[in-house]
Amino acid sequence: MTDHSSDIDSVSGKSTTGHEWDGIKELNTPLPRWWVITFYLTIVWAIGYWIVYPAWPLIQNNTTGLFGYSSRADVAVELANLEKIRGDKMAALGTASLADIEKDPALLALARAKGKTVFGDNCAPCHGTGATGSKGYPNLNDDEWLWGGTLDQIMQTIQFGVRSGHAKTHEGQMLAFGKDGVLKGDEIVTVANYVRSLSGLSTRNGYDAAKGQKIFAENCAACHGDAGKGNQEMGAPDLTDKIWLYGSDEASLIETIGQGRAGVMPAWEGRLDPATIKAMAVYVHSLGGGK
Amino acid sequence: MNKTVNPNELKPADDVGPLYAARKKVYPQSVSGTFRRIKWTLMAVCLGVYYFLPFVRWNRGLGAPSQAVLIDLPNSRFYFFFIELWPQEVYYFTGLLIVAAVALFLMNSVGGRIWCGYLCPQTVWTDLFYAVERLIEGDRRERMKKDASSDPMKLERISEIVLKHSIWLMIAWWTGGAWVLYFNDAPTLVKELVTFQAPMIAYIWIGILTTTTYLLAGFMREQVCTYMCPWPRIQAALTDEWALNVTYRYDRGEKRTSVKKAAELRALGQQVGDCVDCYQCVAVCPTGIDIRNGPQMECIQCGLCIDACDNVMTKIGRPKRLIGYDNDINIHRRQEGKAPIYRIVRARTIVYSAIIAAVGGIMIYTLATRSLLDVNVLHDRNPVAVKLSDGSIRNAYTVRLLNKSGYDRAIAIDVEGPVNPMMHVVGVDSATPDRPIIVIPRDSTSELRLLVTAPAENNSEKSIPVRFHVMDIGLGVAASATDNFVVP
Repeated sequence: MTDHSSDIDSVSGKSTTGHEWDGIKELNTPLPRWWVITFYLTIVWAIGYWIVYPAWPLIQNNTTGLFGYSSRADVAVELANLEKIRGDKMAALGTASLADIEKDPALLALARAKGKTVFGDNCAPCHGTGATGSKGYPNLNDDEWLWGGTLDQIMQTIQFGVRSGHAKTHEGQMLAFGKDGVLKGDEIVTVANYVRSLSGLSTRNGYDAAKGQKIFAENCAACHGDAGKGNQEMGAPDLTDKIWLYGSDEASLIETIGQGRAGVMPAWEGRLDPATIKAMAVYVHSLGGGK
Repeated sequence: MNKTVNPNELKPADDVGPLYAARKKVYPQSVSGTFRRIKWTLMAVCLGVYYFLPFVRWNRGLGAPSQAVLIDLPNSRFYFFFIELWPQEVYYFTGLLIVAAVALFLMNSVGGRIWCGYLCPQTVWTDLFYAVERLIEGDRRERMKKDASSDPMKLERISEIVLKHSIWLMIAWWTGGAWVLYFNDAPTLVKELVTFQAPMIAYIWIGILTTTTYLLAGFMREQVCTYMCPWPRIQAALTDEWALNVTYRYDRGEKRTSVKKAAELRALGQQVGDCVDCYQCVAVCPTGIDIRNGPQMECIQCGLCIDACDNVMTKIGRPKRLIGYDNDINIHRRQEGKAPIYRIVRARTIVYSAIIAAVGGIMIYTLATRSLLDVNVLHDRNPVAVKLSDGSIRNAYTVRLLNKSGYDRAIAIDVEGPVNPMMHVVGVDSATPDRPIIVIPRDSTSELRLLVTAPAENNSEKSIPVRFHVMDIGLGVAASATDNFVVP
């Protein structure tokens, strides 16, 4: 270091840094003192920050800091607060009966809002975001209910599922009449045409209606009823209406009869809390008014 | 080439020193007369309305607020005596603002800055603060003397200053206190404020309004009008040659002489002006200007110089209104020996009045005929339509019914559009399924999920316009909304 004060530039009267390049000297213009002090303060601040806040990455985790602050814990606290705020309203959902929830405009609005969110998270992958379903997954907006469309029946289905393995689940399935060798190929075609005729659909030429009716009475009527009106106890759909879960064309029916159908819906009890399941039952029921 | 300059030869820049002139403190002298009386009266009326209006009660029945004027922010309602407005009716405020703006223009084209001189809160509160100051510290001369004195302060002077600021702060605090009463039930809030139970936001607003009132009326005063307010500039652009403004009638006033000399000259039969250069008009002016310099932006046209001059003219036995509401046209006419003419009714005053009448009329008409029952409909987006087991089609709608009246309503819903429609409102077991009846509590809205089902036969169009009629079955009041019935 050169002594700045010793070398004074004759033109400006200011001291120089003492550095000289080809006869040109650099004036000594130090950074403003306030700037330098602020700079040192930020360094001190940074050291303090390392000590009290999480800062340094380690191999497995990171330094936690004296305050033990964690943004994740912050989120948890905020979520807990949110739950607390919603507590009263959700408690009302938990205690009121399903019918009362639907009759109380405030509770209905809450249940629908809650139900819609939970439906989107849990049910939409199969039933669709608008609950319109697809092949094999029922449309929940219409008036055909395999296992019943009252509030209580919907709630029961959500709670325990269908063929879910839960002790109280809905059981009963469409047997594979062809695969299991109960019906022969031509019998399956005949009864498929008979089923089509039940809802007024066209039948293939030369189809034997009497034979079809006989096969139906012997094999199908146990679950679907003599008139094919279905049975919600067993989840047997009404075959006389215009709604077909797996399709109403002859090929689809032959496949259904020949190979059977056994769609699965998981049980939600235990995965969702009771108030949420109630909210969802009300939401689903409100989509089309149930039946 | 650049010449080397010896640094010692460099001159300091010329721009040292302040860029703005320092304020000259104004010490308005007290004055009495017609315009002072008008100002006192208007001050009493304005402050009286502002401070006491929240306590005026208005019976709206049980459960509804009983305050005549109330801005109920939590419930988003505005109450004004018999009028109750919802947020979606905010356009009435737009109308009110238009009327207020044009009324300001009209005032301006008739009598200059009537608003500034008599009605503006800045004027009213500054006037009040000046009155307090005068009461405690004395009139113009005493105040100037006290402020200029360099002697060490005595206890009496200190107590004067403390008393003045305490009273100012109390007025300012009351101003803020009255403000918050417009947003909550006044008697309840007063009780809460006194017992320190009121919400923090109330104290914050009182604090803000206390500060602004204290600063604006106690210290900034005429500077607000001169530097902060845009209206003097707008006013200058809006005025015309017929507008009456506080004017020094120089045709009468010039040439100025002393009282004595004027008398002598008059005795000799010479023409002398009435102005005796007593500077009373300057002494009473709250903005510290000399009106004799002609119309000025700083002049708020409060008329106090008219009173001051009239008093002097009476004393020296000359006619009043050397300063008065007048315009340049008449000054020139008098100089030419013609009689002055006043034109209140002219194109711009007619147009302004017409606008006020039209906007006001529209507002009153719409307010008087507005429906207190309304309905909004929103079609479900997913799914837009559902096929039912019997082949019929169902569309779902979110219907919001608005009951703006002070009583419950039984509403019947009818649908018109598709052939043979059936309706179902979720959660409502109606005895009449094709015409559901819903009860909506007073002053509230109800959101309903409405399902409309129609057979596929006869409804073959892809999209059928549908209209929902809602009717108060007790009173026959009706409203309707339209949407579409979609057939897949």
